[in-house]
Amino acid sequence: MIAAWPTPAGEEYAVAFDKGRAHRVLVLPAWFDESNKLRRFTVEVMRRLDGSGIDSFLPDLPGCNESLAPLETQTLESWRTEAAEAAWHFSATHVLAIRAGAMIAPDALPGWRYAPAAGSSQLRALLRARVLSSREAGREEDRDTLLAQGRQSGLELAGYRLGAAMITALAEAGLPASVSHRDIGQGDLGGAGLWLRAEPDYDPKQADALAVIMAMELLA
Amino acid sequence: MSSQAASGETDTILRQVLQDVLGLTHQRVAAFDADTGLFGHLPELDSMAVAGLLTEVEDRLGIIIEDDEVDGEMLETYGALLAFVQARHGA
Repeated sequence: MIAAWPTPAGEEYAVAFDKGRAHRVLVLPAWFDESNKLRRFTVEVMRRLDGSGIDSFLPDLPGCNESLAPLETQTLESWRTEAAEAAWHFSATHVLAIRAGAMIAPDALPGWRYAPAAGSSQLRALLRARVLSSREAGREEDRDTLLAQGRQSGLELAGYRLGAAMITALAEAGLPASVSHRDIGQGDLGGAGLWLRAEPDYDPKQADALAVIMAMELLA
Repeated sequence: MSSQAASGETDTILRQVLQDVLGLTHQRVAAFDADTGLFGHLPELDSMAVAGLLTEVEDRLGIIIEDDEVDGEMLETYGALLAFVQARHGA
C-alpha cells in the first residue's frame, strides 16, 4: 500500500491501491492544515474505490506529509510539475483533486475537483490565523505588512514555512477554470466539509458519497 | 428583505457555521444564547479554527471582515459575534 515515486527533489512516498486495473486515479490532497483534517476522508475514499475495482494513488508532494524536502523551497509551479510527474509515474487515467489540490490538477487527465479552493483563499485563511495568534501573544501584525514581507523573504504561517515564490504565486492564484474536470460540491456529499472542523473528524457517509459518484461515472 | 428577516438569516447562518466548525449537534448550537462563551471557553476554537470560521462566515454571507476588527471581545460570546456579523451583513 505504501509506494514511492521519484521527484527532482528525491523519492517521495505515496499511498497506493494498485492492482493493475484499467481505471487509475491520481489523488491530489488538500493543502496545509486542511490536509490533516481530510487525510482520513481521502484514504477512506480510496479504500472504497479499491473495493469498486478502481486503482488510486495519493502522492506526498515534496515538502508535505512524510516528505523530507523543505516546504520552503517548493513553489506552485514545482508542485504542478510534480503532480504531472506523479500522474505519469503511476500511469494515472483520471485525477481527483481535493480542495486546493485543484490548483495543480493536470489538465491532461479527466476527473473531478472536490470542493475546489483557490490558492488565494488558502493564503488568506493562513494569514488571518497568523494575525490572530500573534494578537493573542500580544504582538500586533497586519495582513498587508505580512504579505509584503512574505513576498520578499517567505513567512511561517500556522506552522508552515512558505517561501517567497510560493507566497507570491498563491496571493494571485484564483481557481483555474475547470477544463477537463467536473466539480463536486460539498452539497453533493451532504453534511459539513470536514476541512472546516476545528478537530479532525470523519464521516463515512461522505466518503461513501464521493466514491459512489466517481465509481458510477468510471464504471458506467 | 426586511431588516428583521436579514438578521434572522444571519443568526441561522452563523449557527450553521459554528455547528460545522465545531462538529456540534444542531440541538446544542440551537441552545446557544447571547451569553454563550466562544473563544476561550471552547477549547476547539484555536486561532486556525477561528480563521476558518471567519473565512467561512465571509463566504456564506458575502461580507468582508477586516483582521483589525477581530478582537477578543467580539469572539468572547455568541451574542457579541452575532452583533458584529449583523452589523457587517446589514450594512
